[in-house]
Amino acid sequence: MGIILDVKDLEVSFQTHAGEVQAVRGVTFRVNKGEAVAIVGESGSGKSVTAQTIMRLVPTPPAVIKGGSIVFDQNVDIVSLSDKQMEHIRGFEIGMIFQDPMTSLNPTMTVGRQIAEGLIKHHGLSKQKAKDRALELLNLIGIPNAAERVKQYPHQFSGGMRQRVMIAISLACSPKLLIADEPTTALDVTIQAQILDLMKELQVKLGASIIIITHDLGVVADIAQKVIVMYAGKVFERGTIREVFYNPQHPYTWGLLRSMPRLDADEDTDLIPIEGTPPNMLYPPSGCAFADRCPNAMEICVKAQPEETTLSDTHGASCWLLHPKAPQVDRGLILGGVPR
Amino acid sequence: MIEPILQVKNLKRHFNVGRNEVLRAVDGVTFDVQKGETLGLVGESGCGKSTTGRTIIRLYNATEGKVLFKGQDVHALNKKATKAFTRQMQMIFQDPYASLDPRMLVEDIIGEGIDIHDLYSGKQRRERIVSLLETVGLNADHANRYPHEFSGGQRQRVGIARALAIEPEFIIADEPISSLDVSIRAQVVNLLKQLQKERRLTYLFIAHDLAMVKHISDYIGVMYLGVLVEKASSNRLYERPLHPYTEALLSAIPTPDPEIERTRERIILKGEIPSPIHPPSGCRFRTRCPKAMPECAVKEPEWKEKEPDHFVACHLY
Repeated sequence: MGIILDVKDLEVSFQTHAGEVQAVRGVTFRVNKGEAVAIVGESGSGKSVTAQTIMRLVPTPPAVIKGGSIVFDQNVDIVSLSDKQMEHIRGFEIGMIFQDPMTSLNPTMTVGRQIAEGLIKHHGLSKQKAKDRALELLNLIGIPNAAERVKQYPHQFSGGMRQRVMIAISLACSPKLLIADEPTTALDVTIQAQILDLMKELQVKLGASIIIITHDLGVVADIAQKVIVMYAGKVFERGTIREVFYNPQHPYTWGLLRSMPRLDADEDTDLIPIEGTPPNMLYPPSGCAFADRCPNAMEICVKAQPEETTLSDTHGASCWLLHPKAPQVDRGLILGGVPR
Repeated sequence: MIEPILQVKNLKRHFNVGRNEVLRAVDGVTFDVQKGETLGLVGESGCGKSTTGRTIIRLYNATEGKVLFKGQDVHALNKKATKAFTRQMQMIFQDPYASLDPRMLVEDIIGEGIDIHDLYSGKQRRERIVSLLETVGLNADHANRYPHEFSGGQRQRVGIARALAIEPEFIIADEPISSLDVSIRAQVVNLLKQLQKERRLTYLFIAHDLAMVKHISDYIGVMYLGVLVEKASSNRLYERPLHPYTEALLSAIPTPDPEIERTRERIILKGEIPSPIHPPSGCRFRTRCPKAMPECAVKEPEWKEKEPDHFVACHLY
């Protein structure tokens, strides 16, 4: 299996009046061909900035890519591309789906034209051919009455249907990689189920790789094969979903799993919240960013950043508890499912 | 049986939306809540769950039907009785940014109800506010700050302190955790649970997150397009859902467990929620229901107690 995306030591900061906000602080991960990778984290964890940097959609300034590389398809370093070259990548190679389909669609253009736009611009299709392809795509993503709907405007579509249109636009140029930033957060659960189903189906049908950004661990378990847990601009843990859900190694991952209620849980299982709030990224802590909220924090945690410990080919976590000299701690977690 | 603290009887709330069209946001819901219990109301956007909550607390007038709080019709109170009622029922809102006045100090936000009801003044008022802040996990220093100085989770705590300030018996919490980050949600939910235990509060907990609702509620009511389709104890509803909509809703929620997700069959509902301006005839869910029968288009299903304490409105039963 080849690597479609290789992100190494990525650092992104924003220059603000108050100072430098270090949104992404050395993020490293890989996406293999045909794989769905989820990035989870809270607001401010840097997950969206990471995704937008891959698309080079963060405005510079105020943002600055301070370091690292993003290698796409083994030979293109996205960080060093010119704007013109980047346009080509967006037109042919990587598609993106945003959280809010209402604000990301153009309200003054018919849905059909919005889908066809990229095909005419990047692929040089004739108007008629692009129109035909738009119709084909609407059918593919399951919009009923596609021949009628293609002539309508976004406001005539419901939230779920708009998100389907967004997916059609992102698929129009047959991308090798699809980045979906909270694609179902604004949708109701029954509609979310439809969209996740559609994305899974398309992944198999078209063989595209997917990066999905979400804060919902349920969505991760449903759609992804691998997961990256981010906090305060860093990757805290990464692995296959089985490794991370059944054998999590980072206290923050434990905290996330403990604080979420499960439908299949006994009624009196208490939720154990993660106390405190995430750090202010204007002044990121010098040690582990989670130290002040971590029930297992040790002296070293406040002083120095932990390196990533490799646990398997696919599993890694950055925590001082994984140091050979660290004490054993109870993760206070009942792990569900059938472990391995 | 003791009289329920809240009885909602065939409650309707319609809105005129122009062109002689009527949006039937809430179209006949009936349920009881016993003192000290939590009833969770769930459903997708536009199902009328928030409007139900707002009509109960009289933010909206009822179009039809009754809300009885301790036996008194909430919508037929005179001015004095209304004031007494508002002291007993309070609300926590979804958006902790929009629901706190940005120009008021936290002290005055929490103190507003105390002043209106003339409960405390001077030093006592101050002490009361500090003790409320401590109850919700903030401290005295926070009293002299403005809402913008707080994070979302902290603001929601201020909203909870405000609701508690006049010692109500009944709290309507309308999506109190939806706008909070995952790691903060459990903090707020645990706080609500602890307060309920200490003060024997009764909650109407409105949310779309079924897992969280199941965690906090004794009973759950499921709404669809302005009507209740099912109500049962939360464990029972999860283990033995009767209504096809409840079944689909439960099956749509992804569980944070890869093994379960990989093996389960999901009921994917076709289509979207119809407009509440022109709801389908008969059973409102029939257009998306995998088990719809010809009868469903003709007759609206009755709200009945299929099994003890388990209500459902569906022609299958």
